Amino acid sequence: MPPQLCTHCKTARAQILRPKNHSRLCAACFTSVFESEVAATITSTALFHPGERIAIGASGGKDSCVLASVLKTLNDRYKWGLDLVLLSVDEGITGYRDHSLDAVRRNAKELDLPLHIVSYEELYGWSMDQVVAQIGKKGNCTYCGVFRRQALDRGAARLGVRHVVTGHNADDVAETVLMNLLRGDLMRLGRATGIVTSTPAAAVDGLKDADGDDGAGAGGEVGITNVKRSKPLMYAYEKEIVLYAHHKKLDYFSTECIYSPEAFRGSARTLIKNLERIRPESILDVVRSGIEMARLVPEADGGCRGACGAKGAKKEVIQPDDEDEGNGGCGTGNGRGSGGEMAEMERKLLMDERAEEMGTETEIQPRPVQNGVGADGVKGRQEATPAPHPASTTIVPVRPKKKDGAPRAAVALPGKQTLGRCERCGYLSSQAVCKACVLLEGLNKSRPRTAIAVDASHG
Amino acid sequence: MADNIDIKVEFTGGLEMLFSDKRNHKISLPAVDSDGQPANVAFLIKYLCENVMKSQKKDLFVLDGSVRPGILVLINDADWELEGEDQYELQAGDNVVFVSTLHGG
Ligand SMILES: [Zn+2]
Ligand SMILES: [Zn+2]
Repeated sequence: MPPQLCTHCKTARAQILRPKNHSRLCAACFTSVFESEVAATITSTALFHPGERIAIGASGGKDSCVLASVLKTLNDRYKWGLDLVLLSVDEGITGYRDHSLDAVRRNAKELDLPLHIVSYEELYGWSMDQVVAQIGKKGNCTYCGVFRRQALDRGAARLGVRHVVTGHNADDVAETVLMNLLRGDLMRLGRATGIVTSTPAAAVDGLKDADGDDGAGAGGEVGITNVKRSKPLMYAYEKEIVLYAHHKKLDYFSTECIYSPEAFRGSARTLIKNLERIRPESILDVVRSGIEMARLVPEADGGCRGACGAKGAKKEVIQPDDEDEGNGGCGTGNGRGSGGEMAEMERKLLMDERAEEMGTETEIQPRPVQNGVGADGVKGRQEATPAPHPASTTIVPVRPKKKDGAPRAAVALPGKQTLGRCERCGYLSSQAVCKACVLLEGLNKSRPRTAIAVDASHG
Repeated sequence: MADNIDIKVEFTGGLEMLFSDKRNHKISLPAVDSDGQPANVAFLIKYLCENVMKSQKKDLFVLDGSVRPGILVLINDADWELEGEDQYELQAGDNVVFVSTLHGG
């Protein structure tokens, strides 16, 4: 068949079929459109401010590699004045990170960006190889995931950087949306769909992020709770990220965590990819639906978490350290869920069904909304949704996740969640002691000769 | 008419693990399949599974008779959807790339 022409420049041969809108682009036009769209996401959400120091969570994999390349390109092109650094975590898995860290080192050189590597060993006193030697291969992904969640924040705090960006893409977000819907976990839906995941400092300390004092971390200590997370590629298809890397000949590394060789089998990921094969728009549709549904969650701050670009997005719900991004933690730097999620989910759903038959499905009604952002969000939805209920309440059915206990409503309302800091390490946690510290305690107990505690005042 | 067409096949994004950890392969493909039809990409995929793949994990490459969802195929550096997908008839000198999107962030 005759070559099709690029629908953008109408001269070069089309090479990319865009999943979001079926447009056919040549490699040059695709690269430029992809970059423009990321730039639009960043500017429309006021994600960065001039002079801001940004740590790019770099795993050596495709997503963070593309993120670093695009941010560097845009920062130069638009003179944003961002101070970009690469931040990598070395879990201490022999033969796994060696090559991916080499890839990060090559990226750093290629992009002329400073690179900092923090290891589990220096952060926690345990490398993953040591953890596996201690507890065996079963269940080690839990440790890896829990440690990873804090590692970037801890690493950033050491560098005096308050903002970490990660390479989560639209497929990742869609996967998390589906998982949270299946779990009936409406609170995490908000987290999954927000471009900014947390601005704990503003919420906890009343510190303002916008007053420009955090230029180089000078003068002020940056604690691990003062680190904000965001995902500038959350609207970018994984397919396009891979194609961007391919056509720009970026040097990335791909392997699975050697401790979880079957990681993606039977996962929600597979479902997402099957949906994409049938109808590529599905992925962004799931993402957008997730954003919309998150808005329906009472008191969830309009649910937008910055995705809508509203100034109000500054007001963040604090994120506890548990299951940030809702991922199972292992391996990929993006923390794809571990295998068998769907099977697990089916069991849970079955349990929930039984619970439902027993009449335990709960309805929660929001208390009167206190802040303006939430009020707008909820009210707007009520007008749009023909509600069979009195107009002053939004009814959100919430399935109890576990049979045993406390109604889910308590978890579903962030305002009621008591969030403090881990009494050992200071990390944000809904428990007195955070998950990482609990795991460490277990590890250290079984290795009494080297009881290494996590120091709250590292630096 | 030549009995074989010589093409270049590349595996990346983690797929090279299934093919002797080798990224670039020179393949001399029979010009026609067993039914006498000109060799197309569907035939190439079958050929790769039967003759080139060393790993037992065939289902990480093909599923239900086509490449697994999540694996991108590029024919001469263009998405295969633009070239007729697995019905594209291969020419000597063609370059076919299989990229997995399923590995690593
Ligand atoms: Zn073009
Ligand atoms: Zn702690």
